[in-house]
Amino acid sequence: MHNMSIAELGLGLRSKTFSSRELTEHFLRRIATLNPRYNAVITVTEESALASAERSDEQLRNGAGGDLCGIPVLHKDIFCTRNVRTSCGSKMLDNFIPPYDATVVENFADAGAVMLGKTNMDEFAMGSSNETSFYGPVKNPWDITRVPGGSSGGSAAAVAARLGAAATATDTGGSIRQPAALCGVSGLKPTYGRVSRWGMIAFASSLDQAGPIAKSAEDCAILLQCMASYDPRDSTSVERAVPDYRATLNDSVAGVKIGIPKEYFSDGLDPSVEAAVMDSLAALRELGAELVDISLPNSHLSVPAYYVIAPAEASANLSRFDGVRYGHRCDNPVDLEDMYRRSRAEGFGEEVQRRILIGSYCLSAGYYDAYYRKAQQVRQLIRQDFVNAFEQVDIIMGPTCPSPAFKFGAKGDDPVAMYLEDIYTIATNLAGLPGMSVPCGLVDGNPAGIQLIGNYFDEASLLNVAHRLQQATDWHKLQPGGLD
Amino acid sequence: MSLDKDQIHKLATLSRIAIDEATLESVGERLSAVLDLVDQLQAADTTGVEPMAHPLQTTQKLRDDVVSEPNHQEAFQTLSDSIHDGLYLVPKVIE
Amino acid sequence: MQWETVIGLEIHVQLATATKIFSGASTRFGGAANSQACAIDLAMPGTLPVLNAQAVDFALMFGLAIDADIPMMSVFERKNYFYPDLPKGYQTTQLDKPIVGAGRVTIATADGGTKEIRIHHAHLEEDAGKSLHEGDFGSQYSAIDLNRAGTPLIEIVTEPDLSNATEAVTFAKKLHALVTSLGICDGRMAEGSLRFDVNVSVRPLGSETLGTRTETKNLNSFKFMEEAIVREVARQIDVLEDGGSIIQQTRLYNGDTKVARSMRSKEEANDYRYFPCPDLLPVVITEARLQRLRDALPELPDARVARLIERYAIAAKDAQILASDVALANYFETVAKHCDDPRLAANWTTGELIGRLNGEGLELAESPIDAEQLGILIQRIGDQTISGKMAKQVFDGVWSGAGEVDQIIKERGLKQVSDSGALEQLVADVLAKNPAMIDDYLATEEGRRKKKLGGFMGQIMQASKGQANPQQVNQILLAQLQSLIQSRGD
Repeated sequence: MHNMSIAELGLGLRSKTFSSRELTEHFLRRIATLNPRYNAVITVTEESALASAERSDEQLRNGAGGDLCGIPVLHKDIFCTRNVRTSCGSKMLDNFIPPYDATVVENFADAGAVMLGKTNMDEFAMGSSNETSFYGPVKNPWDITRVPGGSSGGSAAAVAARLGAAATATDTGGSIRQPAALCGVSGLKPTYGRVSRWGMIAFASSLDQAGPIAKSAEDCAILLQCMASYDPRDSTSVERAVPDYRATLNDSVAGVKIGIPKEYFSDGLDPSVEAAVMDSLAALRELGAELVDISLPNSHLSVPAYYVIAPAEASANLSRFDGVRYGHRCDNPVDLEDMYRRSRAEGFGEEVQRRILIGSYCLSAGYYDAYYRKAQQVRQLIRQDFVNAFEQVDIIMGPTCPSPAFKFGAKGDDPVAMYLEDIYTIATNLAGLPGMSVPCGLVDGNPAGIQLIGNYFDEASLLNVAHRLQQATDWHKLQPGGLD
Repeated sequence: MSLDKDQIHKLATLSRIAIDEATLESVGERLSAVLDLVDQLQAADTTGVEPMAHPLQTTQKLRDDVVSEPNHQEAFQTLSDSIHDGLYLVPKVIE
Repeated sequence: MQWETVIGLEIHVQLATATKIFSGASTRFGGAANSQACAIDLAMPGTLPVLNAQAVDFALMFGLAIDADIPMMSVFERKNYFYPDLPKGYQTTQLDKPIVGAGRVTIATADGGTKEIRIHHAHLEEDAGKSLHEGDFGSQYSAIDLNRAGTPLIEIVTEPDLSNATEAVTFAKKLHALVTSLGICDGRMAEGSLRFDVNVSVRPLGSETLGTRTETKNLNSFKFMEEAIVREVARQIDVLEDGGSIIQQTRLYNGDTKVARSMRSKEEANDYRYFPCPDLLPVVITEARLQRLRDALPELPDARVARLIERYAIAAKDAQILASDVALANYFETVAKHCDDPRLAANWTTGELIGRLNGEGLELAESPIDAEQLGILIQRIGDQTISGKMAKQVFDGVWSGAGEVDQIIKERGLKQVSDSGALEQLVADVLAKNPAMIDDYLATEEGRRKKKLGGFMGQIMQASKGQANPQQVNQILLAQLQSLIQSRGD
């Protein structure tokens, strides 16, 4: 059952081949057996999962329920879940049990999906390897000596190991696409504003966006259909009709213009990854797509701009974790300052602390113009590169990340090396564009991903092209060894 | 760009994060490495470019002035151990 | 040396919205601690702000009322600092792009002229919660109540155009009248609805450069504000005349002890690291929105003063007092509607009524006598049913809950006697019983006789048990005395 697509699972549920309860028990068993190896899931909500599975079965018996009714999913631990610990991968929130649900979580519950539990992640979504989690690193199911990527490494690994039918994730600089690529699964970061951020613990508010990680583009389409909504509780959520993503999945890609930015095939790119990406592009050309060389001349500035903007926003977003109303408070503070400083030093890990300090620096008196304002100007240049490109092409494609999954500790001492992991994904967050990663082959047994970048609110084109690619190739069906 | 100890202390104060003196040097080195990375921005010609604060080119929506939040004090205050008669307690504030 | 004082004000005005600026929690004053702090106000993880339309409209109404530039777009920023009553660790406020730009407020000066005080700008922001430092929670703690957190404020910043404490207070009162007339603030200063920060500096008379200023924060009464300024000006002059220099600092004034002290200076010297709040988008004000607000703008204090004078022919001073409080002006107009003597209505409203309210520490809304009853009372003076003296008794009766005006007049038999035949007889009787007084009166030279009338009046009123119409008695008395003079002279 765990290898079936969401559409197939839906058919199985509707035709009574199996019940949601059986399906849920199946995934819970897989989590119990396999998760100790991967550490992808940090909270299992067995009891409530079974209860909601039974409610969904009831709905299904009555002929009600949509595409996701009875489908077991996992939520990244960045989404607040009522009465279920929401840690954001941090000691700071190890004891935090929110009395409210994120809108994304609500949307899934309303659709009758079953929450199996919460997935591991880099602390406060800051990381590209899942090594910063308070709950220990997630291991890549393809090779447990390698990282799964981050920050949504738990979600990507869980889908790769088939611990749930799909998982939610978030992407601030590549946190959906990079782990999807490294774990050989499909992941979509929608246009900024397409999915509500209410109840999703903020890292960098102008960059964060939630999206699905799943086994295929088709599954992503079904999941996005549920996740995307206008939410009056999020001022940055967009009041715009959500198209029927499945309706256009099978559209022909003949004549679709695919831009290939030369900057995404630069020196740092692993030649084997490049070859895999070129294979997929060739497959699309076979299907009638037109490949067009383009340039995104300010691409090299995206990582520097990001590492000003994201830490600046994070430095303020994380000030609320002060030990006063919830979260970690240090023992026996001698005074207020001591309470603040020790609670935050003990509650936050090294990478989170580093980004807060960087953010404070870039915003502080005398440095604001040189860093923050400059980065916002560069952000404008980067956006303009894309606006220009989309006058020529329909979508843009290239590698998701420069190389396949690396070994644990390989970049541990060098934050900058880690930051460069997101060199191809960060620009879309800065511009607010939708991006997607789908598997495009193996390099020495480890998955590589190909990235698709669309115009604003044109997730449908990404899903369409990715789906057609997946119809023509089988990369997305490859699975890690050692699983049944 | 490399940060000296005073600057790191100042950032730690602004950020309210205690930094162990023993790690000050390595913290400083890594922060400086990141600042070297972001310093690449300085080479960009941004003359006349409007800073972009936000990816959306839309404007703020307004909410009707109607009470919509019931009192969930009890639920919220289970999240803290330092409550007295509904008040949050902190070490004494000296103004 | 002669010194000159330069004062600028920053005024925090709590807007009279039903809900917080960024959340749907109630802003009602006086709820149980933390009962009106929702997830957003508590800065729970994952929560987001959505801007209250009414707060925006109230800010814009203020802008329109002070004839301010209103930019098409304004932007919210985060002001970063840690404080236990600031749950997010930043205050959402406005900096470079406030909702209301430069405007002006005209005040009356002591010499009877007017002076224009320039408003630099007014911006929207959220209030913080309250920190309590004393209570039964232990001396080692402070306690935090976040009910106030997120209450919408406009912060109004003046140019340093005020020259002394009196002017500053006049301005502050004018502003109070303005925001209450607009209905954008309840004006309850004791509850912190209007709070003044005062920037004061002194310089040698005629000097062009500003002296170093100090800021005295959170003054919540006009009296404290005046005292604080007077004392601070004196302190600064003392320091300078002793050859010292003024240190830029923030001070807190204690109204009870009349002492101001310097606040502990923050280590990091206020590096607030402002940046545009990414959870909120630029606020765009359409001309249509402004026009709708402009059309619905209530009558402002200056216009009301003019109208009260013109329509009711009352004294300018009374009109100023009445228009300083929209509720009071409304009260007066209701009083005036129920009687034929608006001048008397103004006297009673600004005199007896306010005096009694102040004396008993009551708000106008709590007045035991409503405007209609006061109007009827004044009408009973006007139609000569009762005398002014009786009216005071009736006022007391209504005040103490003894009933309505006409009921009390009836029950206490307070009707004054205006029947001229009866009064003629009464006066004649009193005169007949007091020949010595008449002799004394006649012996007094004509220009000074008026003083002697009081004695007769007292006797007559006493004889009538206070019910004789004094004006009528006065006329009859004069007439009868006149005829006595004539008869003796004959």
